[in-house]
Amino acid sequence: MSILGNRVLRKEDPKFLTVGGSYVDDLKLEGAAHVTYVRSTMAHARILSIDVDEARSAPGVLAVLTAADIDLAPIAPNGMMNSAMVQQWLASDITRFVGEAVAIVITEERYQGTDAAELVFVDYEPLPVLIDQEAAVGSEVQLFPEAGTNVSMKIDFGEDPDFFAGCDVVVRQRIVNQRVAPCPLEVRAAACRWSDDGRVTQWASTQGAHSVKGDIAKYLGIEPEDIRVIAGPDVGGGFGAKIGVYTEELLLPWLSKRVGRPLKWVETRSESMVNLGHGRGQVQHAEIGGTRDGRVLAYRLDVVQDGGAYPKMGSILPFMTRTMLGGVYDIPKMEFHSRSVVTNTTPTVAYRGAGRPEATAAIERAMDLYAAEIGMDPVEVRRKNLIAKDAFPFTTPVGTTYDIGDYDRALDLVLEAAGYTDLRAEQQRRRESGDRRLLGIGLSVYVEITAGPGSPREFGAVEVKPDGKVIVRTGSSSHGQGHATAFSMLVADRLGVELDDVEVIHGDTDIVPRGQGTMGSRSLQAGGTAIVRAADQVVNMAKSVAADLLEASAEDIVFDPADRQFHVAGTPAVAKTWDEVATVAHQGEGLAAEIDYKGAGATFPFGAHLVVVEVDRDTGKVEVKRIVAVDDAGRILNPLLADGQVHGGLAQGVAQALLEEVLYDEDGNPVTSNLADYAFISAAELPSFERTQMETPTPLNDLGAKGIGESGTIGSTPAVHNAVIDAVAHLGVRHIDMPCTAEKVWRAIGDATT
Amino acid sequence: MIPASFDYKRAESVDEAIALLGEHGDEAKLLAGGHSLLPLMKLRLATPSFLIDVGRLKDLSYIRDAGDHIAIGALTRHRDVEISDLLAAEVPLLARAASTVGDPQVRHRGTLGGTLAHADPASDLPAVILALGGTLVAQGPGGSREIAATDFFQGFLETALAEDEMITEVRVPKFGGKGWSFQKFTRRSQDWAIVGVAAVVANGSTGIALVNMASTPVRASGVESALAGGASATDAAAQAADGLEPGADLNASTEYRQHLARVLVRRALEEAGV
Amino acid sequence: MTVNGSQQEHEVEPRLLLVHYIREVVGLTGTNIGCDTSSCGACTVHIDGESVKSCTVLAVQADGSSIKTIEGLADPDGTMHPMQEAFRENHGLQCGYCTPGMVMAAVSLLEEQPHPTEAEVREGLEGNLCRCTGYHNIVKAVLAAAGSAAPSGGAS
Repeated sequence: MSILGNRVLRKEDPKFLTVGGSYVDDLKLEGAAHVTYVRSTMAHARILSIDVDEARSAPGVLAVLTAADIDLAPIAPNGMMNSAMVQQWLASDITRFVGEAVAIVITEERYQGTDAAELVFVDYEPLPVLIDQEAAVGSEVQLFPEAGTNVSMKIDFGEDPDFFAGCDVVVRQRIVNQRVAPCPLEVRAAACRWSDDGRVTQWASTQGAHSVKGDIAKYLGIEPEDIRVIAGPDVGGGFGAKIGVYTEELLLPWLSKRVGRPLKWVETRSESMVNLGHGRGQVQHAEIGGTRDGRVLAYRLDVVQDGGAYPKMGSILPFMTRTMLGGVYDIPKMEFHSRSVVTNTTPTVAYRGAGRPEATAAIERAMDLYAAEIGMDPVEVRRKNLIAKDAFPFTTPVGTTYDIGDYDRALDLVLEAAGYTDLRAEQQRRRESGDRRLLGIGLSVYVEITAGPGSPREFGAVEVKPDGKVIVRTGSSSHGQGHATAFSMLVADRLGVELDDVEVIHGDTDIVPRGQGTMGSRSLQAGGTAIVRAADQVVNMAKSVAADLLEASAEDIVFDPADRQFHVAGTPAVAKTWDEVATVAHQGEGLAAEIDYKGAGATFPFGAHLVVVEVDRDTGKVEVKRIVAVDDAGRILNPLLADGQVHGGLAQGVAQALLEEVLYDEDGNPVTSNLADYAFISAAELPSFERTQMETPTPLNDLGAKGIGESGTIGSTPAVHNAVIDAVAHLGVRHIDMPCTAEKVWRAIGDATT
Repeated sequence: MIPASFDYKRAESVDEAIALLGEHGDEAKLLAGGHSLLPLMKLRLATPSFLIDVGRLKDLSYIRDAGDHIAIGALTRHRDVEISDLLAAEVPLLARAASTVGDPQVRHRGTLGGTLAHADPASDLPAVILALGGTLVAQGPGGSREIAATDFFQGFLETALAEDEMITEVRVPKFGGKGWSFQKFTRRSQDWAIVGVAAVVANGSTGIALVNMASTPVRASGVESALAGGASATDAAAQAADGLEPGADLNASTEYRQHLARVLVRRALEEAGV
Repeated sequence: MTVNGSQQEHEVEPRLLLVHYIREVVGLTGTNIGCDTSSCGACTVHIDGESVKSCTVLAVQADGSSIKTIEGLADPDGTMHPMQEAFRENHGLQCGYCTPGMVMAAVSLLEEQPHPTEAEVREGLEGNLCRCTGYHNIVKAVLAAAGSAAPSGGAS
């Protein structure tokens, strides 16, 4: 029987549980000096002078550098962006957000760096500060006057003056999808060492070692073959924020050469909260039109995306919002417009879901608003508009083609699991009895895109060693997902070896020649398929050896992984064992294959989430009572890992809907710059989760697998959000923006009832 | 985040600690559990040049029956307050409130004397001691004196302690199993109270103190006198925020804090059986 | 002091935090640092058998104490502590960064409350943050280690 689909415990865990992982800060790097960045305390200011004299003479200081010392070309934005919005390695004449690096202190010891950084004195001339993203679109205050605008990127899809023709009702709502902090438990860290042969090794806490390598080569002018990048060796979470490469880490090889020492840089959490990219940050204007009997005819979304001070990946994400615009619904007409702007805040990047949660949040909120407007149950409205099971592959009006789905089934399952009818009855009972604990029921039916846009790609290699051990190399890498276990299972299934005989190597560019990394819920479908194909190729090589031994044609050889024997089809009694075949193979070409997989297309996981909350009528405080989730990510390789991925996503969804928000004061000072102020969700704010897994295999890859890393967040956020509003809807509340904090809910009740 | 440099001495006795305080003046700070002071020092919001570690003065860690009151050594940890059978029987409000301070790790280190001396209006236990009508014993070079909790908290992080005094004991009157309540409204479980209420019924009158409603922990005197004048719990609670203008921060506006005070006082009075 | 039973003697700066002492002086890097405000609990170790956040203790304050870190939890023969086993069995970890602190906090929790309810476990772990697991399987692991019933709902 195949191991695939079984609940297999992780190979990785004993180490993490007994001695802990090997994160960048754990490296014992002989002779390493410490890098400390001096951060801007002003959101927008001209730097008049930087006095580094006192810092230079502080104990243990090896060097203090400012922008004037760095002779590297600045960082140009992605090609889709306004090209004038360049970022200097250190702020030189202008600083554009609190936390931007303005100087570097290199010291013998870590503590000395903190001390010396305090002795760097920067003289600032304040400039007008721009925090409000909507105001930024047309503001006279410009972050890059040379660009002539704060808009870094625009998307305009559709322009129909009669867009809502034929609609009985049109509902409009401004919806804030607030800025949040990704908060991997391990902050950013990097280390660097040049060796005598002129090669440099960089250890980085990253989701993609190869992109770090590429950027070091590109920006520092070092030949790629002279660069080795190691992700970690272990990486303590990323959630999208460690996809991009940051200037602070990129600069290490250059700095290391300059001071002639290996270097280590580990930011503090307070630095991380204002320098690791933030997520979300969209203000949306949603308009939905339809008939009185519940048929949606037209949906338009207008987005202002906050890109922060320098346009990074966050500024591109409206593209992904556009891609998933109408969600699971068959809506005849759709329009999308976006403006990505720069503001005096931390740059925004990808965060779990990256542009798709924003799409789902908008359409799922819009569906509830529309349902409320026409007085129909939110379930019924959804039911009337879901894309039918037999309509796949389905291309939406924005040009996205969904592979496969059964949204009605997901909705049925979640309603059944939750006991929807009883919940509504209980809600009604409480309302009638004047219970101060209001019950809210929130729904979200979602679809998202994984391993996209475009074709999934990944490198995978399988090699059987003479001792029988199997080495797997993958361009995807783990920052918690469990690649070693998942990929070992795939190889064990194909080759009939034990899990412990498989070693999975990832995140080392000297050993793995190419790779995309881990992002967009792509590892299993792209990396996993590459490995399976490499393993199949290895089996084919073995078959041709077996064919020689059995004096048959290779096409006639059958390999049974269960007993690890080769035989000619129809004559199982005459067989060669794997070991016999491998021994011969290793006298010749060996047993190894490399695959550069390119998939047929992105896949579209879907599901339905139902959330039950209680709202304290007197204080507005929300308590999540139940989270019922039905998720379909195609064929599941290991339910243990799948559960874990969804659980984490669900928690982050609750966190965004109820608690977490990055805030700035009017001067651009961050007010949520540590974990005491930023409401990172804890166990005490969550219930246990109720999950049902659906499996509708995708036809687009060998494994039938779609991604599962982000769907938990995508589905749960609007379900929680809708539940809160549902709890107070009978009081006249129509909308509350996330996070639905107690005070906001209390105010909404107050506004509606007075 | 690392504290700025400082000198350090572990005091072997209260007298030595007081002598060191006298010697180093306002440059020195007492270090007990460190869970108020060290976070501020790591953020460099506090930069004392001398720390006097009183954490090993084990003879200041006790909870004793002293007749009409319970005497608690200043270095008694929150955890010990939380699980004390004596307090559970005689001053359950204090034990309960201690169980909500921070998180378990904080309660394993933080001390009652430390949190009172730090006098953060957002802390739970200062308000509880205030509601209970407790008394603090402070020792200085000239000996000991008693300070009523009502006189102790003087301003934001300011107390009646002289520079060379330290709290050695906290005395709380016994009230047994009569009515009491501790209400704490937080964003997350581990957070400081946005607003908190400590209420206790003793000797026919009700003591109520509020967390995070002013620059110090504060008695809800309007509510107390309304109750004394025969008002119903609901009517009295409506006065909970009278005369108070708590600051706004990222967790709550002034108006919302005032509202919470009224709601939580009402709930506290209901729970206390007033 | 002793760390995992081994005697340690070093001259240190008074301001050296216990977590840096453990990681950089003693050289045990299992204990991690996740914040600077005593919020996340990644640095949780035991002092004299109780959980503390070692980022909020000076090394000098711990002088004379007995410290236990994640490296000292398993038996000397390598047999994992029941809590470590329960975390593995229930997939209570992903990236592993919060794990050492989470496990040490959980062990201390059960010492004080051997048979907690699910709500008590959640409250008891309020000072330990995890971004990967949504806490579901962590709570399940702690309840399993306590021999209690699994939480309601649960995995497919």
